[in-house]
Amino acid sequence: MKTTIKIAWRNIWRTPLRSMIVISSIVLGIWAGIFVVAFCYGLNKQRTQSSIQNYTSHIQILHPEYDNDFESKYVLENINSLTESLEKEKGIHAYAFRSMMFGMVSSAVKSNGVQIIGINANQEKKVSNIINKLTEGSYFDTKRKNSVLIGESLAEKLNVSLKSKIVLTFQDHENNIITGAFRICGIYKTQYSKYDESHLFIQNIDLHRLIKNDGYHQVAILCSSLSEVDQTQFSLKDKLDGYIIKDWKAISPELAYADEVMETWLFLIMIIIMLALIFGIINTMLMAVFERRKELGMLMAIGMNKSKVFSLIIIETLFLSLVGAPMGMLLGFLTISITSKTGIDLSIVGDGLQSVGLSNHIYPVIAPKFYAFIGLMVFLFTLIAAIYPSKKALKLKPTEAIRTI
Amino acid sequence: MEIIKTSQLSKIYKNNDLEVRAVQQVDLSIQEGEFTAIVGPSGSGKTTLLNMIGGLDSISEGLVEIGGKDISSLNENDMIDFRLKNIGFVFQAYNLIPVLTAQENVEFIMLLQGIPEKQRKKRSKELLMEVGLAEKLNSRPNQLSGGQQQRVAVARALASKPRFILADEPTANLDSSSTSTLLDMMAKMNENENITFLFSTHDQRVIDKAKRIITIEDGKIISDESV
Repeated sequence: MKTTIKIAWRNIWRTPLRSMIVISSIVLGIWAGIFVVAFCYGLNKQRTQSSIQNYTSHIQILHPEYDNDFESKYVLENINSLTESLEKEKGIHAYAFRSMMFGMVSSAVKSNGVQIIGINANQEKKVSNIINKLTEGSYFDTKRKNSVLIGESLAEKLNVSLKSKIVLTFQDHENNIITGAFRICGIYKTQYSKYDESHLFIQNIDLHRLIKNDGYHQVAILCSSLSEVDQTQFSLKDKLDGYIIKDWKAISPELAYADEVMETWLFLIMIIIMLALIFGIINTMLMAVFERRKELGMLMAIGMNKSKVFSLIIIETLFLSLVGAPMGMLLGFLTISITSKTGIDLSIVGDGLQSVGLSNHIYPVIAPKFYAFIGLMVFLFTLIAAIYPSKKALKLKPTEAIRTI
Repeated sequence: MEIIKTSQLSKIYKNNDLEVRAVQQVDLSIQEGEFTAIVGPSGSGKTTLLNMIGGLDSISEGLVEIGGKDISSLNENDMIDFRLKNIGFVFQAYNLIPVLTAQENVEFIMLLQGIPEKQRKKRSKELLMEVGLAEKLNSRPNQLSGGQQQRVAVARALASKPRFILADEPTANLDSSSTSTLLDMMAKMNENENITFLFSTHDQRVIDKAKRIITIEDGKIISDESV
């Protein structure tokens, strides 16, 4: 075996240019595969994190009926015991009570349909990231009444700016039309411009005063980490009766679905890259077998049996990928290490990205196990690629091969 | 002692309705220690006859016995194994493994036979010294002249301690000086170590050295003379 390996290795370098071209294609293929996967994972991770931090939180507790028809009369009951349970739950990092109303916002020139989110300012800043998304003005000053935070795209649409007055119109719990004037204290901008256009924040205290009811529709919960979500949700469901408790995947199925779609898509990309590599390798090895048919025939003539000839071609093929794969993985690792810190600036297509909730800067990320997975895939696909040229070599007849000049 | 025996040996190539008899009912007997040349013009069937004796080509009719064993019944894998243990080959185009050194080329066949490394190294060195290439142990084929490569091929053929050596036009690509050196060396091996050589050739210099000359024409033996 040692000599077969030695011959195989030296055979690779008989045509260094051709071998280098194949090895380079393996390196580039693997690098591209790793980069695309890391880019897509990073993109999806950012989108999920952004959604959790800005919109969904990890877990939401809702009135069962509110979850079906969003009528404002369905407020959460037993707030005190609910608060007590939340305080005791270990996996919870922070929680915030919210009141949710659908209504209209009007400026002097335009109106727009919005979801009005009533928040407790101090609670909310621990759960959502909206305070960090302010581009103008400041977060709520609890002493000032009827302040509102609106999105940048909504401000543009309404043609208003900081300190402008806007009017909110919505229905209370008994379906009475309520109107209130609010002054813009801050303008925020998240990664999702459509969200910014259709959501505004006011303080619960102001909302409750207007509707003469201090009920809440939702508790938004942020867990200590993403991995704590399932356990916390399970624990809350066990302890709390009469509520709907949903995790972020149930709240935004498209986020969880995007993960699954992404995985399938990335798997397909890797298969396509591997198939391209396979055909490159098969082509190279077929050329090698064709060029060396005289030599291979001689080996069989002097007594090298077919299994050894088969092994020789298989080992030669594996060497090509054994040289290329680690280099490709190293290059991929270095690229990801750098870009995961610096990010990839896509501000040139920033508007398009923001319309689907993505940041201008993408930070690629990849799980270490993916390197092992890609290594295994390269090995398996190379093995498959090696079979055809090896079988071709076995079909050579020593006399025909020796006659060939 | 009879090493090679052919009985009514024929090779028929069929191409559509056309039948070509390359070798026709050849009866031949080669004894141990003979230095025999099969001669004849191009296309006379000498290489085909040699290939059938060496188990490289299938037999259409008749049989070939090597050391009393009928090789026509062997399957492909058994035939490869049989060749490894019984027959040494020297080809017209040397056919050394280009990525191995002279010593590694000679060792390779012993490796296939499963001989331990120490013995392989010792014997390959001895054989290369015997063919006058002691200084070229670590040279690769592309660093050797044609004559030197053919001498390495002879050393390789001898390495497996075969019953006999088949040499197909071994001097066809060599100049006079290299041919003379090679033939002298093989004649000496035949003389001193009783190694059996069977050549196919139309090189007069080989014919001059041969002790038995079998002339073949249109696939038939037309003369068989001992010199």
